[in-house]
Amino acid sequence: MTANASANASPRRTTLYDWHIANGGKMVEFAGYEMPIQYPSGIMTEHLHTREHAGLFDVSHMGQIVLRGSEAVAALEKHVPSDVQSLKPGQMRYSTLLNEWGGVIDDLIIVRPDTGYDLWVIVNASRKEHDLAIIRGKLPSNLIELVNRDLIALQGPHATHVIRALADNDVVEKLGFMNSTWTKMSGIPVLLMRSGYTGEDGFEISVDPQSTETLVSILMQDTDVKPIGLGARDTLRLEAGLCLYGHELNEKTTPVEAGLKWVVNKARLSEGEFAGASILESELLNLPERSRVGIMVDDKAPAREGTEIQNTKGEKVGEVTSGGFSPTLQKPIAMGYVDKHLAVNGTRLQLIVRGRPLPARIVPLPFVPHRYINKGKMP
Amino acid sequence: MMKFSKDHEWVRLDGDVAVVGITNYAQGALGDIVFVELPEAGKQVSQGKQAAVVESVKAASDVYAPLSGEVIAVNDNLKNDPSLINSSPEDTGWFFKMKLSNKAELDGLMDATAYKKHTGE
Repeated sequence: MTANASANASPRRTTLYDWHIANGGKMVEFAGYEMPIQYPSGIMTEHLHTREHAGLFDVSHMGQIVLRGSEAVAALEKHVPSDVQSLKPGQMRYSTLLNEWGGVIDDLIIVRPDTGYDLWVIVNASRKEHDLAIIRGKLPSNLIELVNRDLIALQGPHATHVIRALADNDVVEKLGFMNSTWTKMSGIPVLLMRSGYTGEDGFEISVDPQSTETLVSILMQDTDVKPIGLGARDTLRLEAGLCLYGHELNEKTTPVEAGLKWVVNKARLSEGEFAGASILESELLNLPERSRVGIMVDDKAPAREGTEIQNTKGEKVGEVTSGGFSPTLQKPIAMGYVDKHLAVNGTRLQLIVRGRPLPARIVPLPFVPHRYINKGKMP
Repeated sequence: MMKFSKDHEWVRLDGDVAVVGITNYAQGALGDIVFVELPEAGKQVSQGKQAAVVESVKAASDVYAPLSGEVIAVNDNLKNDPSLINSSPEDTGWFFKMKLSNKAELDGLMDATAYKKHTGE
């Protein structure tokens, strides 16, 4: 047996570190933080619990960057292909931070809070300091800064009734997916966002670290809520066909290749006033050289990240970027990049696992349908 | 008599034949097992060298032969139900049976007390 051991001297801890330990969390290093990969019930059970009930995730390692004033908003716009200015108070939008070649520096959520800051941006833990430097550029640091806030996600079909019971007024009824509002939950002020990374309806809650433990203990009073580790977070997002930075996305991959062309706003593209605009424009016209696809393996062996993808003639046509076992479908699934001519649903491929070619085919993403609730409206 | 390798395989000896599996500690560390690749009967395996692969939801891990010899039978039940390794790692979740080529290698393995110490339990 091989055992994995990580050896970093001083990973950081989130506010909930002791809470994870008390709940039997198996801690691993992730993006410089000691985080729970799973709790005693295990990844499979945690995954299915989230799909059927409600899972609570500590994602406080992620970065939360606030922007103040029009100069700061304009500074962000220089690096994203989305229309940020048109965001109405309460709206939020998924986007990508781009380098001058159109490569993805990070993927992020841009929130226009209904009160307070001009923008509130949620970024990946591993990229937060880098993102801050890129967005801030030469602007004064008080206009764009990382704030000391925790982030708790509650995901799954029962998340709504849990939040409804705790949030002020009828805030849940008004909040559609990808909308946010400042509100109070059991008296605790929070930025409540209806969003997530599992394909399920759910919420992400930005909270002052002083109140995080109280908030979590209140959420956990509902027996439908169980803590979920990073292991199930990964299998859930893979089933939902969502990108993970450092796997599907990196500085050499454009959002068009990644199948995220919907983040590119047409008007902003024609203005060309953001990093990498001309490259994205040409990719949208001519197809990128390779594209992200979903792959289903006709075998029981999971194909992991780095697995070579071949066409049926045995020629290399791409590589798996995320692969594993789907707890919902009870079979292996994968995402990867393949040459543009092959990136069509139904294309037969083979994946080389431990030297053996396994028959596979391209399938539409997501593997498990999203269950977002879009009907809610902000007042 | 059960013996253990430092790589978390167990061996149960019955004359010249050894039954091999992974320990309860190992299955706990791996988590939910979803796939296993077993050697073919007739294959020669060497102590400390890869003999099988076990995959949990999160990762693939090699299983090493705790002793040298010839694989004479594999547990086909694991192909349809790899979770047997989680539920019964040291009994019905066995991996393969092998005929030993060098019984002296047994001396290098740990007994239950030493293995317990090895895992820090």
